[in-house]
Amino acid sequence: MFALDHHDHGTAAPVAGAPVTLQIDGHEVTVPTGTSVMRAAALAGVDVPKLCATDTLKAFGSCRLCLVQIEGRRGYPASCTTLVEAGMKVTTQSPQLHKLRRGVIDLYVSDHPLECEGCPADGHCELQSMAAAVGVTHSSYAPGAVHRPLEVDGSNPYFQFDPQLCIVCSRCVRACDEVQGTFALTVQGRGFASKISASEDQPFMDSECVSCGACVEACPTAALSEKALTRGVPRTQAVTTTCAYCGVGCSFTAEVGGTAEAPEVLRMVPNRDGDANHGHACVKGRFAYGYATHSDRQLKPMIRKSIREPWREVSWDEAIGYAVSEIRRIQAKYGRDAVGGITSSRCTNEETFLVQKLVRAAFGNNNVDTCARVCHSPTGYGLKSTLGESAGTQAFTSVREADVILLIGANPTDGHPVFGSQMKQRLREGAKLIVIDPRAISLVRTPHVAATFHLQLQPGTNVAMLNALAHVVVSEGLTREPYVAERCEAPSYQRWKAFVSEPRNSPEALAEVTGVPAELVRAAARLYATGGNGAIYYGLGVTEHSQGSTAVMALANLAMATGNIGREGVGVNPLRGQNNVQGSCDMGSFPHEFSGYRHVSDPVARALFEQSWGVRLDAEPGLRIPNMFEAALDGTFRALYVQGEDIVQSDPDTNHVTRAMEAMECVIVQDLFLNETAQFAHVFLPGSSFLEKDGTFTNAERRISRVRRVMPPRAGYADWEVTMLLSNALGYPMSYRHASEIMDEIARLTPTFTGVSYEKLDRLGSIQWPCNDAAPEGTPTMHVGHFVRGKGRFFVTEYVATPERVNSRFPLILTTGRILSQYNVGAQTRRTDNVVWHAEDLLEIHPHDAETRGIADGDWVGLASRSGETVLRARVSDRIAPGVVYTTFHFPQTQANVVTTENSDWATNCPEYKVTAVQVVRISQAEAWRTRAAQARYAGRTRDPAHA
Amino acid sequence: MNIDRLVKMANEISEFFAAESAREQAAEDVAGHLRRFWDPRMRRQIIDYLRTEGGAGLSELARHGVERLAAGDPPGA
Repeated sequence: MFALDHHDHGTAAPVAGAPVTLQIDGHEVTVPTGTSVMRAAALAGVDVPKLCATDTLKAFGSCRLCLVQIEGRRGYPASCTTLVEAGMKVTTQSPQLHKLRRGVIDLYVSDHPLECEGCPADGHCELQSMAAAVGVTHSSYAPGAVHRPLEVDGSNPYFQFDPQLCIVCSRCVRACDEVQGTFALTVQGRGFASKISASEDQPFMDSECVSCGACVEACPTAALSEKALTRGVPRTQAVTTTCAYCGVGCSFTAEVGGTAEAPEVLRMVPNRDGDANHGHACVKGRFAYGYATHSDRQLKPMIRKSIREPWREVSWDEAIGYAVSEIRRIQAKYGRDAVGGITSSRCTNEETFLVQKLVRAAFGNNNVDTCARVCHSPTGYGLKSTLGESAGTQAFTSVREADVILLIGANPTDGHPVFGSQMKQRLREGAKLIVIDPRAISLVRTPHVAATFHLQLQPGTNVAMLNALAHVVVSEGLTREPYVAERCEAPSYQRWKAFVSEPRNSPEALAEVTGVPAELVRAAARLYATGGNGAIYYGLGVTEHSQGSTAVMALANLAMATGNIGREGVGVNPLRGQNNVQGSCDMGSFPHEFSGYRHVSDPVARALFEQSWGVRLDAEPGLRIPNMFEAALDGTFRALYVQGEDIVQSDPDTNHVTRAMEAMECVIVQDLFLNETAQFAHVFLPGSSFLEKDGTFTNAERRISRVRRVMPPRAGYADWEVTMLLSNALGYPMSYRHASEIMDEIARLTPTFTGVSYEKLDRLGSIQWPCNDAAPEGTPTMHVGHFVRGKGRFFVTEYVATPERVNSRFPLILTTGRILSQYNVGAQTRRTDNVVWHAEDLLEIHPHDAETRGIADGDWVGLASRSGETVLRARVSDRIAPGVVYTTFHFPQTQANVVTTENSDWATNCPEYKVTAVQVVRISQAEAWRTRAAQARYAGRTRDPAHA
Repeated sequence: MNIDRLVKMANEISEFFAAESAREQAAEDVAGHLRRFWDPRMRRQIIDYLRTEGGAGLSELARHGVERLAAGDPPGA
């Protein structure tokens, strides 16, 4: 069922073609070549009746409702499959057409219940609308065989399939195929026996369905509908906003019911005009928003003098007053630099901007960092150094022009599912895929998609692999010399070329390091360099290494050498983890730079901020998150304000982190829930979900999109208002009346945001920065014509093995990742029905390694490293290679980061989550292990009941 | 802060710049990196460690880089 505010055009817009003018019911309309008559009519304000067509799917021409008459043509062509021609004269309404349509509808309603009252689609059902349009109120056929009663499939927690209401238009099947690319649905049988079937005629929950909801949105009746709609609460308001899960940043329409005082989100419908998602969604954004109203939300501020005392609920005034008095006390006792703050990639641009402003202007130092530290900080460093800007180079739509996709260290179908679907669409059209990953991710082989090459390398050897690929490109003369000569620094290119040409960087020499046969590497390199537009996509499997920044630079080197930057279809594209990782970095959340990536020592930039903010600013870089922990243990860092991040669960080497947290005298946590970090907090300030505030998020393609308030903040304040309360109490006044005023300040102070405003965002829908006088409507593709830094710079990327080594005590390598249904530390998704798909972290282990340890699928296993130990269940799988194990980090019960190490990227201190030497043993006393580990971490402290 | 960690970090930074440029430039790049990204207390500590305890554990380039850093960062800065 469409969103309340959707006007369907029947078929998709074509790729821009020459204008064609035609007449429809006497109205003249001009549309691009390749437009269907149905779409042209819709654009002219004439909605041709239809049932099997919708504008996210290819024209199908099966329902025969959209027949029209065209002057000079015989018969009644279907308007969805007929393309416009110049001078065409189309008639959409006539007695003959009316009669034909009545006949079609008569047949449909002969096998469809006509008791619409109480149906979830009542008032929004397309069959109901079409019947009304042609004046059919009942079937003229004598009673005969019908498809009812039939059992409703309610196995999926979020939607149901009622076959009685199904008209077998196949929109759901085509949505699953064309949009999502899972191919889980089919029309089974023929004639009267035709029915929609999931996988092998299974309940949806047991099928291959990934619950993206594309079928539900495409369904013209209530055959597939959200369970939330079955309660009959009317949807009265539609608010366009942006998803708060991954870095794709999907646009949604939040449909709201209830009262103004107590609004209720009834469903989230992907926005077909969304520039990032184009009407698609995944199980998280589409359905898993219930955490916002979960009973675990802590809605009252709380304080306590010691983390071993119970919490005491207090007023906002008392909580803010106590927090500020502690910050002042600690700064008076230990110095101005003894306090700091952490911004959140889950919060809005405006909120992260305010937190860093609070730290720099009110705390008086630069001790501000963000959770991007532990994910994509190497992206910022690597791309800034080589290309000149700390961001990806393309729009998501660029993938439509890619001929070869090099995917390294990313798992888009799980981590960035909507972009994963876009990538699959292009791969089904014939683009080639190279996967570089220790694990056989789904894209290696999925319906109608198979990677040409899967380079299944050893964890920690990305740089060696990229050097080997570069060796082939250079030594076989596959570089694009004119491009490099025109656009890149010659000395750096010559130095790099000589380096990668060395025999020690050949695929043959490095095969022992990477574990990948040289001939595979050579073939993959040739394909990337010569296969047309080569597009690189990467994720945390690149950045979260001791050589994360080096690997990012190696990717940029490869793209520059082959001329694959600066146009559609190519580029170096980081797939950002959280919804606003890009934005939090853009907003000056790092301790060494202001918004727009200008170093704090830059006197011109600093003067700009000093003048605007009315204070002197520190010219020295502040502490990064891991440095904060070190300084806390050292006694020079004593207070921390953490907005929207669970550092105790998400940061590596948990035991080290918790010792640092215990050493602090005042930890202020602002969050939706009493998360793991809150166990170490002295002040808890309730946070607000994305549904409760205005602001913007910036996704992985630099796209700034509006977050719009759907309901009032449940605890009384949006997060940016809480930061203002703190700042004002500290004596540094902040007086923004609306988030838009913060964006106005960002625009004044940030050259890449000069042209951004809420008015423009409302008008354009979204904007990709840079947006300024040179690019007033934004910049989809960067580095066109020249690099942002001027000439592109190559860096020598010597492979340095991680200090983390296997030995007889820890003989396996653990690498970590995420799965489709859960998100990050799970604080949101664990509080939704998504737990039915993934209720615990599992350890994937190769059958050979499992057998030698006596481990069977489902066994409890102990996972131990030099840092710590935890316990979880084993999943025996050949998706990973022998010698490698894999798990996720979504559940605090597992606390996978107990075992990860202190090793980090040399340039940015981004933790090396992806390589930990471990041992795995089968255990019988799982609870004893778990209790022992938990006691070691949480002795004496009150835990969140949801985590206990 | 834990000096062993600072030494390890300085050595890893040096490993990158050692490959990227000739020795003198590499030392300057190491110093530049520390200056741009290390909080003053971290810089002070690594400089003090080199001056007062000899800088044991620092690679040759890291040591050279910290010396360059010290030359640019006045004592107690």
